[in-house]
Amino acid sequence: MSDVQNQAHAVLEGPDIHRALTRIAHEILERTKGAESVVLLGIPTRGATLARRLAERIAQFEGLKVPVGSIDITMYRDDLRLRPARPLGRTELPPDGVDGRTVVLVDDVLFSGRTVRAALDALNDVGRPRAVQLATLVDRGHRELPIRADYVGKNLPTSKAEKVKVYLEETDGRDAVLLIKEEAR
Amino acid sequence: MRHLISAGELSRDDALVILDTAEELARVSDRSIKKLPTLRGRTVVNLFYEDSTRTRISFEAAAKRLSADVINFSAKGSSVSKGESLKDTALTLEAMGADAVVIRHGASGAPHRLATWVHGSVVNAGDGTHEHPTQALLDAYSMRRRLGRLEGLKVAVVGDVLHSRVARSNVLLLHTLGAEVTLVAPPTLLPVSVETWPCQVSYDLDAVLPKSDVVMMLRVQLERMNASYFPSAREYSRRYGLDRDRFARLHDEAIVMHPGPMNRGMEISAEVADSPRSTIVEQVGNGVTVRMAVLYLLLGGSEPAIGGTA
Repeated sequence: MSDVQNQAHAVLEGPDIHRALTRIAHEILERTKGAESVVLLGIPTRGATLARRLAERIAQFEGLKVPVGSIDITMYRDDLRLRPARPLGRTELPPDGVDGRTVVLVDDVLFSGRTVRAALDALNDVGRPRAVQLATLVDRGHRELPIRADYVGKNLPTSKAEKVKVYLEETDGRDAVLLIKEEAR
Repeated sequence: MRHLISAGELSRDDALVILDTAEELARVSDRSIKKLPTLRGRTVVNLFYEDSTRTRISFEAAAKRLSADVINFSAKGSSVSKGESLKDTALTLEAMGADAVVIRHGASGAPHRLATWVHGSVVNAGDGTHEHPTQALLDAYSMRRRLGRLEGLKVAVVGDVLHSRVARSNVLLLHTLGAEVTLVAPPTLLPVSVETWPCQVSYDLDAVLPKSDVVMMLRVQLERMNASYFPSAREYSRRYGLDRDRFARLHDEAIVMHPGPMNRGMEISAEVADSPRSTIVEQVGNGVTVRMAVLYLLLGGSEPAIGGTA
């Protein structure tokens, strides 16, 4: 842990994350014309936290309670057989479901795009949204699939050897996005 | 390669991972599309040498919900009746590319032997009077769902312990998970080595009932009895059956379980079996979920996430 820390530097600090989420919340309101039929679905663990924070902001700005939930994608991953089976995250759909609504998927880091592809598959099994959009706190590039985000907190040019780690108050005790150089191995 | 042969080889962490995974998978059975793509292209063989309704169907449903291909094999009507050995049958299945073999066999230890012959995962679906680990897992899962916890839970397992693989698996698993098990049976229906099991033993059902949070009734396995273990069915039922009067002595939150199939009127009265505090039907539904969790954790990744080595 400690030698990794030495190699890491914070790209976004607490206030930066706060501002980015505030902007994304406004963009969602703007792009969806008031977020009337929006459902926010976070990808566990941190995407789910971010989705809740976005919902809080939207409520703050427009007094609108946007349904918020989470969708676990573990069972839909395309790399399941490359690693040991892993524990599942939580899927919690809003009571009214996603049919006919605009689903905004929320994830912390957008990288290869494979997680988002899995999320689209998972979404397909729980209902038929009218449209699906994607919000991500960090877009670090290196896409392997034709997927792009509609709302981006920060575009972060990275090399493939680097790692991006998102820490959030609710799960990790602090807000920060770290860029970690992985040469010390 | 890893298998699920005995509930005793599951660590506390393994067992909790299975129960937590099942908890998440339970949500899948509430959706309109009750299927996940996770085990696409994997083959699960149900190898059943003994009759079974719920276990076989439950494993089949679990594998299918995870998109695995399922091959059902029952000894009746197969080459087993021509004298084929378990090993040759196993090698045949292996050659057909089975990733997992779910086996039920009348001989205790058959899954253990099988595990040394095949490369795939072996899941014990009941071997003789030895073990039935997925039943114990689904029982623990059902208890946790109803009562919210397992730690410190007082569980009475009542009846034909001698012939019961369910009792042994439950004692081992519940002990691992921190519950206190008391076996209640006539002395003739307790195995010789029962004092080495991590549980209490009693001959007096009426004394145990008021202290129990869970009462698990076992089926009297007449088909395995080659001698008389009790004077008459009537007498057994009077001393060890769960009827209305005994049921009334349980505390208000206590639940009644039965692994099925039941002999109504023998170990459990129809009235008790159908009461809202009986989890018997629930246990069947939970069985599918728990078996999905087991199959996912054994086959879902590059290597199994649970279980002991055989």
